[in-house]
Amino acid sequence: MTITEYFNLLFTDYTLRTITLGTAVLGAICGMLGSFAVLRKQSLLGDAVSHAALPGIAIAFLITGTKDSNVLLLGALVSGLIGTFWIRGMITKTHLKTDTALGLILSLFFGFGMLLLTFIQKMPNANQAGLDKYLFGQAATLVESDVKIMIIVTGVCLFILLLFWKEFKILLFDPDYTKTLGFNTRFIDVLITFFIVLAIVLGLQTVGVVLMSALLLAPAAAARQWTNSLGFMVFLAAIFGAFSGVLGTAISATQNNLSTGPVIVLVAAVFVIFSFIFSPGRGLLFREIRFRKNRKDLQLKKTLQFMYGIVESHENISHPHAIRILNNFHGYTKGSLRTLEEKEWITISGQQWALTQKGFDEAKDMYNQQLKND
Amino acid sequence: MTNPQIEIQLIASLVAVACAIPGVFLVLRKMALISDAISHAILPGIVIGFFITQDLNSPLLILLAAITGVITVVLVETIQKTNLVKEDTAIGLVFPALFSIGVILIAKNANDVHLDVDAVLLGELAFAPFDRLLVSGVDLGPKSLWVMGTVLLITLVLLFLFFKELKVSTFDTGLSSAMGFSPLVLHYGLMSVSSVTVVGAFDAVGAILVVALMIAPAATSYLLTSDLKKMLGLSICFGVFAAIAGYWLAHWLDASISGSMTTVLGLIFLLVYLFAPSKGLLAVLYRQKQQRKEVSLITFLLHLNNHSEEEERHINHLNEHINWKKLRSKGVLDFATKNNMIRIENDVVSLTEKGEEFTNLAIEYILTNKDEHIEHIKDDFFLFRG
Repeated sequence: MTITEYFNLLFTDYTLRTITLGTAVLGAICGMLGSFAVLRKQSLLGDAVSHAALPGIAIAFLITGTKDSNVLLLGALVSGLIGTFWIRGMITKTHLKTDTALGLILSLFFGFGMLLLTFIQKMPNANQAGLDKYLFGQAATLVESDVKIMIIVTGVCLFILLLFWKEFKILLFDPDYTKTLGFNTRFIDVLITFFIVLAIVLGLQTVGVVLMSALLLAPAAAARQWTNSLGFMVFLAAIFGAFSGVLGTAISATQNNLSTGPVIVLVAAVFVIFSFIFSPGRGLLFREIRFRKNRKDLQLKKTLQFMYGIVESHENISHPHAIRILNNFHGYTKGSLRTLEEKEWITISGQQWALTQKGFDEAKDMYNQQLKND
Repeated sequence: MTNPQIEIQLIASLVAVACAIPGVFLVLRKMALISDAISHAILPGIVIGFFITQDLNSPLLILLAAITGVITVVLVETIQKTNLVKEDTAIGLVFPALFSIGVILIAKNANDVHLDVDAVLLGELAFAPFDRLLVSGVDLGPKSLWVMGTVLLITLVLLFLFFKELKVSTFDTGLSSAMGFSPLVLHYGLMSVSSVTVVGAFDAVGAILVVALMIAPAATSYLLTSDLKKMLGLSICFGVFAAIAGYWLAHWLDASISGSMTTVLGLIFLLVYLFAPSKGLLAVLYRQKQQRKEVSLITFLLHLNNHSEEEERHINHLNEHINWKKLRSKGVLDFATKNNMIRIENDVVSLTEKGEEFTNLAIEYILTNKDEHIEHIKDDFFLFRG
């Protein structure tokens, strides 16, 4: 199946439609909440939480014996939340730093989860096959009820986000001020963290434990490059997330034995690279162009300044001088002289140059500006 | 114990020690998550190296993969320098992308590569004894034993040679560059050693559990001591203990060895986290409670000191005046009486001589705000601590 076939089938095939809708919704909610995680400098919390969810899945299976994804994800949610709050406890109550706390929870919970998974695999009666889809995710296992849950959670999340928009925003940028205004910062903080954990848990089935954090971060990091407004960033991140989800699922569905998780992550990474390079405000390309332009501009002005220094002592500013005398000065080339002429700051005749009135004023004004800025 | 069993435990212990040493420095330098990033990001290096060498234990493959690890660090730092995203986001973006490439490479070449995704996450410690190193027909023991032994030897030599430099640059970067040890060289040196260790251990314990072996022993011992040498020693002990106990737990449960090693590490950490003297959770909570009560006492004594009029010092009045709950006021009153700071006559509280002296010193402390005063005062005056 090729990608075009996939998209043709999308409108006729029920299963494909369900899966695509699911990953799109998932990408959107992750992008939305990921924006908050990125801006709160909690990028790696997602990584820790998603790994910490694994033992929850295994324990939920051990207790109930079902593979119903809702039950397993409930287990994941509980163990993800335990991980999150343990991290906070560690940071506030002991002298272990954030990175150590995150790394500890991530690896210890995951190791425990793997112990349980391998234990379950060896159990004689278990219909255990399929639990390891939670490691790298398999979008193909999404069924209608999963997608419904995703849509409901996304709806609730969107509602809460709009309801507490002001609070979330102010807490994000100035927690101390929020506290002095009398908001219950702890409550808002726990609320947003809860929703971040919830988004991660929702994605486990599709993207998997190992790579889930990237789906949270990447759309938000990409969206951040295009705007400085929180609202627009959240919106853009949701769009990027949805596209990563859909494209990633499409690519992984058209190839043999490719888990969805890695493909979605790579698609999202392409979005990030593209944004890093091409975003007009912050992107590397335009930044480099701006640098070059400024450097060139600076050199022109340097040459002009030097000419001004020569001309200043003359009574007639347009008195011609030999180009040769610029020789001991490195700021000029034929090209830059031509540019200066194009700007009508100087006139060139043969081997001689002369400053125009306009150029003289420009150079004089430059000094004034310097003084003004001081 | 059979021969392979002993060999597995030996390999596991070697891995644990080799991971614990760089782990201590990573934790102290607040770069614990770099180990996470490296351990994921070397996957494409390992897969590509495997295409070339066809042998998971070949030194070339280890070198290639270790270079990938260092490249990851450089990449993360490059992204950080662009200031487009924060530091942690840079880590969080780089390693999943590289890891995904690795997973996809494995999936697309599943027939050629004897690596599967489970092995990537978990390692295959149980099979390690069956991959023997044969030199001209003589069996010299499992290959991974030799690989990890070499890695550990290099780490130990480097540790002994550069212990002083590492110590200085870890705790005081400025001083270290002033003394002529380039922090940059040490930084990349540590990163290279970590990469090599992660690659060597990868085969045995997998991508994520290697993180546990690096961070958990170091974090656990950090809660117990503030001495670098003791911390290194303790980390190694915890690592080796977890390796051996983990093996037997896995044996008993018939589950993954590396998973149960991590679980043992987790249990050790949990115990230390809760019960460590002075830095553990219970000790911290107890100390905070004690301090809260002692501060309440000082507030209370200052209040008494400020008021000579009787109605201000009446027991029932205190509740509303300092705005304390009944229980708390009672606790503070008892505490003050026990320490002979106050006297209660006809429900009117007044300071004893000792109480007055203490209050005056406390005021002095509040004015100068120097910590060394207050601890000393507490020792002198308190018969019972809060």
